[in-house]
Amino acid sequence: MIEVRRLVKRFGLKTVLRDLNFQVDSGEFVALLGPNGAGKTTFLRILSSLSRPAMGDVRIAGFRLPGQAAAVRHILGVVSHQPLLYGDLTAEENLQFYGKMYGVPGLERRVAEVLELVGLTARRHDLVRTFSRGMQQRLAIGRAVLHDPEVMLFDEPHTGLDQDASLMLDNVLREVAARGRTVVMTSHDLARAADLASRFDVLSRGRIVASTKRSETPPDQLLGFYRQAVAEPAGGSRQAESQMANESQEA
Amino acid sequence: METKPRLLSILDGVTVLLLIAATGMVFLYAPEEAVMGQVQKVFYFHVAAGWVGMLGFLAAAISGIAFLRTGDRKWDIASLASVEIGMAFAFINVVTGSIWARPIWNTWWTWDPRLTTATIMMLIYAAYLMLRSGIEDPDRRARFGAIYAIVGFISVPLTFFSARLFRTIHPVVIGANQPGSEGTFDMTPMMLQTFLFSLLTFSIIFADLLWHRIRLGSLQEKVEQLKLKLNV
Amino acid sequence: MPNYPSEAQNLIKEGIPRSRSLSFGYFRALWAIVWKDLAAELRSRELLSAMLVFALLVILIFNFALELDARTRSNVTAGVLWATFAFAGTLGLNRSMAMEKDRGCLDGLLLAPVDRSAIYFGKALSNLFFMLIVEVIVLPVYSVLYNLNLFNPGLMIVILLGSIGYVAVGTLLSSMAVQTRTRDVLLPILLFPVVIPVFIASVKASSGFLQGLEMAEIWPWLNLLVVYDLIFTAVAFMVFDYVVDE
Repeated sequence: MIEVRRLVKRFGLKTVLRDLNFQVDSGEFVALLGPNGAGKTTFLRILSSLSRPAMGDVRIAGFRLPGQAAAVRHILGVVSHQPLLYGDLTAEENLQFYGKMYGVPGLERRVAEVLELVGLTARRHDLVRTFSRGMQQRLAIGRAVLHDPEVMLFDEPHTGLDQDASLMLDNVLREVAARGRTVVMTSHDLARAADLASRFDVLSRGRIVASTKRSETPPDQLLGFYRQAVAEPAGGSRQAESQMANESQEA
Repeated sequence: METKPRLLSILDGVTVLLLIAATGMVFLYAPEEAVMGQVQKVFYFHVAAGWVGMLGFLAAAISGIAFLRTGDRKWDIASLASVEIGMAFAFINVVTGSIWARPIWNTWWTWDPRLTTATIMMLIYAAYLMLRSGIEDPDRRARFGAIYAIVGFISVPLTFFSARLFRTIHPVVIGANQPGSEGTFDMTPMMLQTFLFSLLTFSIIFADLLWHRIRLGSLQEKVEQLKLKLNV
Repeated sequence: MPNYPSEAQNLIKEGIPRSRSLSFGYFRALWAIVWKDLAAELRSRELLSAMLVFALLVILIFNFALELDARTRSNVTAGVLWATFAFAGTLGLNRSMAMEKDRGCLDGLLLAPVDRSAIYFGKALSNLFFMLIVEVIVLPVYSVLYNLNLFNPGLMIVILLGSIGYVAVGTLLSSMAVQTRTRDVLLPILLFPVVIPVFIASVKASSGFLQGLEMAEIWPWLNLLVVYDLIFTAVAFMVFDYVVDE
């Protein structure tokens, strides 16, 4: 479903993603873990077609990004840590707006369905700026599933949520994932991710350094797996040094 | 380490020679104008500077389009270089215009179309530089700079036409048939030669400075790259 | 072909939806954006009230700055009006874009499967509406304050054409300015030098209509306005993609 080969992304002269390879089959729920600054958000932005790769091959459902981005957007649902909602509109109006943008058929009914799904039917006539962070996040997920996308991308959706709100969010996430959708979720929260995902990949220093399935690594060993993946062995830094020596010789 | 290319050194020499020759022509070769006297000689460098100012703008816009098309950073450096140099010459243009205006029309400033447009052009240049300085991400800085260079360049002819629909007291040397344009003078052949030679000289100066500035920009980028490698 | 889910398979079979074309989806998205801006503004009224109050304050300042006695008034009216619109306009442009940027909503718009230019035209249209609303309110107020009759159809046309030009360039530039550090301050600096032809032509044409000059004298200015509007709408349309694509 998602195929990424040798992806490179630079910001000016700084290389953020280097030679990144990543593959997700249809229906998998992948938790993308990694330290801050590893490039998780950048990677997700590229997958959601908001950012262009400098080099490499990125395909979703066979469509190439960025060339065929327009096609990909139809089947993509994205939740980032910003809610992407208009504060001065009601929950219902927000969904109606996005429904029109995506050309969702049977909009009225669909909006009611989605509000029900995320548990906000009671607050549908309230302005979004009166919502708590948790409610906004739930509505954001509603916005993301409105057009029934096949692929969902979540960028640290639990950020800023308290325990109750997180639990509610997890329920929604499970329901969303249960429909056979392909999900990629970045997260800081190992415990939460362990609960939801079927696969765990670690992104560190611009590339995927480790990957494991839920069946291979039980939840209590996940932390150890992560620590090991992130702590680059001595061989890694030696490799970086010799690379630098080569480059300064060329200059 | 990169050394200065041989061709650039030659161009430097040629530029200096041309400038000396042009100055000589202005003061020794070109005759003194009947009505305005010595002050009129400012005209040669004044118009040449204005010409280079416009040239800088054109170069910036073309580099901008090239950058948007190709994404090659060297076009961005070229665009910035053109704006910086063009701005300097546009400033020279306005100041020499002022020097010329004072003894002739007894005023430091006139709101006539050419001068007004030149000033607005300088303001667009300044806005371009301010836009760039407010952006951290180099790629975005280059894209936005390119867009503004294009938009700014297209607006200049329109500004000129709208300012020209006003009356003018600016000397209309080329096309002096316009009614209502005072302070004109006809150019004798010797004056024409001096004028064209000044135009050529200033164009070469522009090319020379542009090359130097682009080189500077490229070297700066190399330094940044090396810095990043050492940090990582 | 690999076992892709049905919707993706449909897309592959039928080909990529041509959202670049002026299809129904394009216009629906465009109007959705306009409607969204108008609805949000109707609720909060932040933008319009700010623009209106500012416009009236500017007129007040001009009142003390210039000697607006009965005679000079008619000469100066066009200039004062357009200066007011220009300043109040930057307020509207800034706020309109800031709304999208602040909650990340611009990303929301960019994720939608529509051509980027629909976003540009949608925002430009709603900006135009706001500007026109402010102008429509300022005109009668000015008429009352200075005992002038400003209900002149020619003037209305000039206001429309001038606002279009202003908003066409302003929307493009504000979409850039909002992404810089110096945000609010930068927009007038970027916008005013480039929008001078609109300013000059609008003032001259307005003045011409108000003073009842011959059409022959006013035509060149109207032509200039139309040319400017066409050129810059086209340029903005072509260039907007580069503003939002990273």
